[in-house]
Amino acid sequence: MAIEPANPIFIPLGKRRETTGSRGSRLLGVVTLIGVVVLGVLAFIVTDADVRIHPTSGEEFGQFDAVRMLYIHVPLAVMTYLAYGLCAVASVGVLVRRTPWWDVTAHAAAEVGTIFCGLVLLTGSIWGRPVWNTWWEWGDVRLMTTLVLFLMFAGYLALRRTTGDPRALSRRAAVVALVAVLDIPLVNRSVEWWENRTLHQQSTLGDLKIEDLTLFTLMLGFLVLGMVLAWLLLHRFRVGWLERAALDYSVAAAIIERRAETSDTEAYRAVGDPMPDSQVAKGDQS
Amino acid sequence: MSALSVVLSDARLVAVRDLRIEARSRVVVEQVLPFAVTVLVLFGFALDADHRALRNFAPGLFWVTILFSSLLAVQRSSSLEAVDGTETLLRMSGISPLGRYLGQSFALLIQLLVLEAVLVGGLTVLYGVEVEKWLLLAATGVVAGVAVAAAGTLYGALSSGLGERQTTLLPILVLPVLAPVLIGATRAFDDALGAAAVDGWAWTGLLTVVALILIVVGALAYGALVED
Repeated sequence: MAIEPANPIFIPLGKRRETTGSRGSRLLGVVTLIGVVVLGVLAFIVTDADVRIHPTSGEEFGQFDAVRMLYIHVPLAVMTYLAYGLCAVASVGVLVRRTPWWDVTAHAAAEVGTIFCGLVLLTGSIWGRPVWNTWWEWGDVRLMTTLVLFLMFAGYLALRRTTGDPRALSRRAAVVALVAVLDIPLVNRSVEWWENRTLHQQSTLGDLKIEDLTLFTLMLGFLVLGMVLAWLLLHRFRVGWLERAALDYSVAAAIIERRAETSDTEAYRAVGDPMPDSQVAKGDQS
Repeated sequence: MSALSVVLSDARLVAVRDLRIEARSRVVVEQVLPFAVTVLVLFGFALDADHRALRNFAPGLFWVTILFSSLLAVQRSSSLEAVDGTETLLRMSGISPLGRYLGQSFALLIQLLVLEAVLVGGLTVLYGVEVEKWLLLAATGVVAGVAVAAAGTLYGALSSGLGERQTTLLPILVLPVLAPVLIGATRAFDDALGAAAVDGWAWTGLLTVVALILIVVGALAYGALVED
């Protein structure tokens, strides 16, 4: 006979929902997809390459087509900060509130943030090859601190894959995340604090030194990649939540099954309890 | 008895316990130290025993060796609390988590300082390095040792009780955190050993800030970990 847990919260996953999508998330997904296409067209086709003429020699200089990568690279970096910031807030929630909601949120934010951080390093490297003439620059403080941030969250995700008491694991992961996010101010301010040890330029957004279609495309990049982040977070959160529900369900089912197995004569004898009459009759028959 | 004196008393108890266990078991002396010296020798082989190259890279090689060796010392330190229900007993004994953290860190620091002293001798003998600024060398060694001990104790507690995964997780978790210590200590040693013209004291100052941050974070977070 199939054993169903008595608690109504443990509904078999297959009977409840087949996907992590909802009407809202599907709408967000479609709008995001359209946004990604528009961003791609604007960034890689419509906007101009960065070509300038030297005032004295008359030679062309600038970032040329490589500048197009920045429409993705810069928003990706900002979204990485956002995701890790959310992970830090949720990690504080884990330590203070100790509820699964904060834990699943922290895990989802860290995982999506690490994907974004990896993409920041990748797009930066692709941009750096033609502009800095190198894939990787060891002397650049921002590159170093971003790599360290990526590695610290890689460790966080490795810790998350371990088994054991979920509550203890969530507290340990929260501590790792809170130490790791201390690196974010260093990443963000490194171009100001170590001006002579970085190839990264200082931010030009605050001074609005860039304009027109370039600025519009960059802003669209923030919006679209923000939507990508939100969509990924939403789905990763739901996957995490369902994983927890599945674990709780399997544990509850195992407990019920175990109880059913041990409700015979030997179990009562083993624990020294007085055997109910109904069980005595059953035991005699068997 | 004030709260501070209770914490310090607990820290002293834990530190004395750890150091006494080390004095009896000699794991650091008989296992970690030989490992560290072996790594120094292997670097020598890898660089083809070129004294000039070894002298130039000695500060970096020294601190990489210290970091790798400290992983073994940290694992040893955290494993002391993971056996025979020691963790539960300590929790029930009423010893404050802060006292435990400070005590364990201090004991680890003493072991790291012994390790550093032996390895400086190794640099002199094996790599032909001459120390130009002893005070800077000593100050950097102590401050970097504090930073490594502070982070090591925290992450040792964090990765303890994870079974066989502990051995692989600890390096992944703690080495990125110690990257600033490696950079700062190497630059300061560049100056102390005359390997490069840098302001070693400025790097030691930066290292002090990193060490303080790690101590504060460790002291705040350790309690949440040992509650498990």
